[in-house]
Amino acid sequence: MARFVKTGELNRIEQVAGNGLLHRRALLGRGIAFAGALGTGVGLRVTKAAAEPLAEAPWGQEPGDPVPAYQTPSKFAKNVVRSLSNPNFEPRTSQSRAPHQLLDGMITPNGLFFTIVHDGVPEIDPSVHRLLIHGLVKRPLIFSYEALLRYPMTSRIAFIECGGNSAGLFSPQPLQTDVQGLHGLVSCAEWTGVKLSTLLDETGIDPKAKWFVAEGADAAHVMRSVPLAKALDDAVIVLYQNGEPLMPGNGYPMRLLLPGYEGNMNIKYVRRIKLLREAAFSYWEAQVYTEPLPSGKAYQFYFVNEVKSFITKPSPGLSLQQPGLYEISGLAYSGKGRISKVLVSADGGQSWGEAALQGPVLSMAFTRFRMPWQWNGGPAVLQSRAWDEDGNAQPTRAEFVAARGELPSVPPLLAFENHHYNGVTSWAIDQKGQVKHAYP
Amino acid sequence: MRIHRILVLSVLWTFSFGAGAALAQGVNLGKPITQADLAPWDIDIEPSGAGLPAGSGTSDQGASIFADNCAACHGDGGKGAATTTSGAPAAPPVVSDVKRNGIDDTTLTIANYWPYATTLFDYIRRAMPWTSPRTLTDDQVYALTAYILAQNKLIDAKQVINAQTLPKAQMPNRDGFTPRFPERMPPG
Repeated sequence: MARFVKTGELNRIEQVAGNGLLHRRALLGRGIAFAGALGTGVGLRVTKAAAEPLAEAPWGQEPGDPVPAYQTPSKFAKNVVRSLSNPNFEPRTSQSRAPHQLLDGMITPNGLFFTIVHDGVPEIDPSVHRLLIHGLVKRPLIFSYEALLRYPMTSRIAFIECGGNSAGLFSPQPLQTDVQGLHGLVSCAEWTGVKLSTLLDETGIDPKAKWFVAEGADAAHVMRSVPLAKALDDAVIVLYQNGEPLMPGNGYPMRLLLPGYEGNMNIKYVRRIKLLREAAFSYWEAQVYTEPLPSGKAYQFYFVNEVKSFITKPSPGLSLQQPGLYEISGLAYSGKGRISKVLVSADGGQSWGEAALQGPVLSMAFTRFRMPWQWNGGPAVLQSRAWDEDGNAQPTRAEFVAARGELPSVPPLLAFENHHYNGVTSWAIDQKGQVKHAYP
Repeated sequence: MRIHRILVLSVLWTFSFGAGAALAQGVNLGKPITQADLAPWDIDIEPSGAGLPAGSGTSDQGASIFADNCAACHGDGGKGAATTTSGAPAAPPVVSDVKRNGIDDTTLTIANYWPYATTLFDYIRRAMPWTSPRTLTDDQVYALTAYILAQNKLIDAKQVINAQTLPKAQMPNRDGFTPRFPERMPPG
């Protein structure tokens, strides 16, 4: 067993970066056994008490419950829920954030997939809903939900991230909240639907068209302008989310998927696609998801969620109990392709070791990374940094702030005072094992 | 010979499946619709003014419509309401002389930031009032647009706003933007 690891031997054989980061092969089991075989020393200060004697529990001595038609999580997992920004449904946008610190793998379950709605969650009757494609096309056409179900389907796993996710990192002081609070406005699912290009084959395209707008059927009627090239490349009219019909908060009965493009552009409840010569400059692209810069200019048509990662475990709220071997785990993703590499640091970025990437590593999807770490009980600052196959590196927070600025004062936790933060997040661990958000 | 065969096939398809068979490659379950029939959904407005409907309004007309339909969330005269009880941001002010402060989104206003006035008409008509969107008449939307532009001193208080005048409203920050990834923008 790998209970005892001698620090000196780790340095020589398994340690790949400072403050206890081990080579990722330690995750293969073989590596842990290897390290353990070496261990004869004093790595752990905790003496293991023997386990309690075993007994039969009540659920092993009587029948369980009848099987429900649609199952929901165990009552013992009831804390694994989204956090709500607008629980009393005041007249404003509602956000719910995914509890990534309590999840693992690369797929966000449908009940926990983040949701933002700007005028409530609509209850749309799919037999009434219509998708209109018009504008600079040869034949405007209307598609019913039932008709779309008849089309050839395509599936892909893709993340969707709100342009405002991680906006708390613009604060000049680290906001003390958890992964969910900082990074909960991103999720990843398998999406199944009809390629938009298939439908555009049927409407025909006027060669003058260069953009399209997509618009939702809900009360907010959110509309975004998208380059037509994206429609012909990989846009999908999605009908299924992780194999079942879309959740109401995620666009039932149909939504637009623009892989890698900011969440708001992936129009939910999509009812209209119109091909245009110029962009429409809707409120959402003319103001909300622009990016004011320190120079006084602003980015607009940001489109892409750039390469990013964050550690989900350990993280605030998940404190360490005693020194020993831990797995550092987190999520990495890029709107520009596959994740090519994730580095992890346990000493605030002074040294880095390469994390194991959990397969499959897919383009524009969550990639789970894992890194073995021997916590020696001392202070540590955990960071992750991702690279994508397009050659883009996730910036450190200092690099990001140097280019994009920082807010003049600490914003409220739920505010979005700027967008598109993709820099590094740091978790500081103290000698008690408590984890806090930090700017080292 | 080849053309002849295609013609025969095409005729057969047309006999079998009707008009949809013109595109025999696809599933072809889309139903044609006329411009007149799709018009009620055709609500996007472009900076050129394309899409703007008939009708007009003035700031004076807009003032009372604003008081009745908008002030509850956006405050008297559009100057913003108190923060909500939960501490979350309330509906933003729509009339403001705040100067932009660096990268702080909360200091971006219609007057100091929005590139086009057409966006205002488009957004009011599609999404406002929050409790009953798509219920205002086009004249009411023109009047509210005129009111907000005039209160922000972006147009003369007497200016009639309609499909011809709205695209001409000059927005000070029109040239304040740059695309993040120029290579992803459609060619000029």
